[in-house]
Amino acid sequence: MKIYIRSSACISAQNTFEIEGFLTDVVTYHGTRLKTIEPDYKAFIDPKLLRRMSHVLKMGVAAAMQCLKQGNTEMPGAIITGTAHGCIDDTVDFLTQIIEQNEELLSPTSFIQSTHNTVGSQIALMLKCHQYNTTFVHKGASFENALLDAVLLLKENEADNVLVGGIDEMNDASFAILNRLGLYKRWPVSNLDLYATKTRGSMGGEGTAFFLLTDQASANNLAELRGVKTIYKPINPEDMEKRVISFLAENSSNIEDIDLVITGRSGDTWHDEVYEQINQSLFKHTGLANYKHLSGEYPTSTAFALWLASNIIKNKVVPETVVERRGKETSPKTILIYNHYQKKYHSLILVSAI
Amino acid sequence: MSSTVYVAGLGVISAIGNNVAENLQSFELEAAGIGDISLLDTIHCKKRPVAEVKLDNNELAVITGLPADTSRTALLSLVAASEAVNDAAIPNLESLRTGFVSANTVGGMDRSEHFFIDFVKDKKRGKLRNIFDHECGCITEIVADQLGIRDFMTTISTACSSSANAIFYAARLIKNDMLDVVIAGGTDSLTKFTLNGFNTLMILDDEFCKPFDENREGLNLGEGAGYLVLVSEKVAKTLLNKPYCKLSGYNNSNDAYHQTASSPDGTGSYLAMKGALEKSGLNPSDIDYINLHGTGTANNDSAEGIAIKRLFEPDYPPMSSTKSFTGHTLGACGGIEAVFSALAIKNGIIYPNLRFETRMNEVPFEPERKFLKGQNIRHVMSNSFGFGGNCTSLIFSEI
Repeated sequence: MKIYIRSSACISAQNTFEIEGFLTDVVTYHGTRLKTIEPDYKAFIDPKLLRRMSHVLKMGVAAAMQCLKQGNTEMPGAIITGTAHGCIDDTVDFLTQIIEQNEELLSPTSFIQSTHNTVGSQIALMLKCHQYNTTFVHKGASFENALLDAVLLLKENEADNVLVGGIDEMNDASFAILNRLGLYKRWPVSNLDLYATKTRGSMGGEGTAFFLLTDQASANNLAELRGVKTIYKPINPEDMEKRVISFLAENSSNIEDIDLVITGRSGDTWHDEVYEQINQSLFKHTGLANYKHLSGEYPTSTAFALWLASNIIKNKVVPETVVERRGKETSPKTILIYNHYQKKYHSLILVSAI
Repeated sequence: MSSTVYVAGLGVISAIGNNVAENLQSFELEAAGIGDISLLDTIHCKKRPVAEVKLDNNELAVITGLPADTSRTALLSLVAASEAVNDAAIPNLESLRTGFVSANTVGGMDRSEHFFIDFVKDKKRGKLRNIFDHECGCITEIVADQLGIRDFMTTISTACSSSANAIFYAARLIKNDMLDVVIAGGTDSLTKFTLNGFNTLMILDDEFCKPFDENREGLNLGEGAGYLVLVSEKVAKTLLNKPYCKLSGYNNSNDAYHQTASSPDGTGSYLAMKGALEKSGLNPSDIDYINLHGTGTANNDSAEGIAIKRLFEPDYPPMSSTKSFTGHTLGACGGIEAVFSALAIKNGIIYPNLRFETRMNEVPFEPERKFLKGQNIRHVMSNSFGFGGNCTSLIFSEI
């Protein structure tokens, strides 16, 4: 069975939502944290609901609705979300209330909206969708796990038009904590110089991308989703190379077929070691692209990468801003996404032209 | 595709016991695990009864070999998951493709709460060790690392249906021939976060909860962990002990009514139970026992009861809520109650619904009040319904 990406919608720190051009107008930032560009949520969500919604909820619902609209689908056959941090803002708000008000006179709203399935269930609620609905919350593999579930549902003939999304928000508290844990650069940089700054740490990020997956062929489909795999703590870059080769073989492909590899380079010298090595060995003859200078680093950033790959295939162009090394093919037909989060969770996603 | 998924091992820790044998004994003695709060520093002590596991973190650390400052959620998880793996005693486990699919609702929140006391005053303060395992996935990862599982792991969080979803997702990984063995279930420890959350919703009972009773006044929070070891047909053939049962049906449906409340007619619950029956190829009359979600809140029990009436009318199987013993263990309840469901089949038992007195007005049936032995239990339905309308039913069947 072939599985297709029917449509996609992405909210990010770039102009990726409801925009005509494809990364033609790159937004530059100076700092260590990229925040999403907010669309006009009123076009997607009832203003009465909107007032009570947190950032992650607004982003997720708007991207999901836009994805359905793009795919001419009113009712999805399943709703699957992946989020590592869940509803951070409401969680921090309720925790702060507990401490500052000594457990008294707390407002239930932030507790209600703090559960990790809030985005997925809010989408179901707005659509009155009674179908399969689940949420994966496994750190840097959350989106990939959600994507795998969507693929399995299609293969099992349990559902068609599966809506699947990756979503994470960053607020001041989570940024402060992850910054103290050493995830971000000590000094402000330009996002366009992210890979040239040879220091530890990346730029923090947030965002969401939703996809509608189907097994129905159509000229309107963006791309074919050929495979997704997560790998926990590969022993070393050589081990990872073997895993890439076997993943490609499992999906009837090989490295010669790959026109472009989108890697998860984050600008953190420690984090990027494996890419530096593999880009010179296994990926030596393929085109290479980066994306985290656009999205920032966050656990479900591969949803942004998949949105990027799908649009490269559909638009038959590799935006200049993502090019690390030009490949022979100017309009790539087969793209491999290789990302890892904090060296623990490595993932591979393979997409091809339809 | 492996058509049948078997339950080869069980592990549980709850307020009524630290392992399967102790839990069974408490059921037979009709001894609930609910009482005053002793493990949390909260203003709700002596006011809101809870169902605590009767071991503190130091004791759990000794049992598991993990440091005592590990999240209690991970400590509980490792106790139950290890028991399940040992119970299954799968020959040559290291040569099989093994996964861990675990659920929880608030990750390492019990530690994060300590971190935030200092952090809210000054973002430069708070001991980082206490926030390091905040994410839900961290809990799964700690336990998978201890169990030596590397082939596949993931975490599911759909509020109170989380671990029921983990179990059937695990079964699907086996059916799709991605894995041979999966340890699946869930864990949650009591936290001030969830205690205060449910308190603000005004659905905590000041007394011991009375699920499915007309005069029920809310739920008691509990904690614990429960896991099944699920195996493929191929692995089942190599087992030294006969598997407990098979997972014959499952369904996840959404109520799509309200973020926290169930629809009055129990749409989501009805669809989940109906879907699970369809998947198993069984009729309502084939079900010999329903392990209810039965939280004790006015809303859940009414919606679940009406959904059961719609689906099972006019003949109702015995049913009970084991939350009258364990409290509501949130992300763990689907796992813990799946363990109880498998034991019901294996041992021919039905669990009592403690403290039941008065039938609910909206339904023509009552839960079972006594511990029953010597029953012929072929098919058990286990319900788990949660916030966000996430409703999941599982069906376990004799082999």
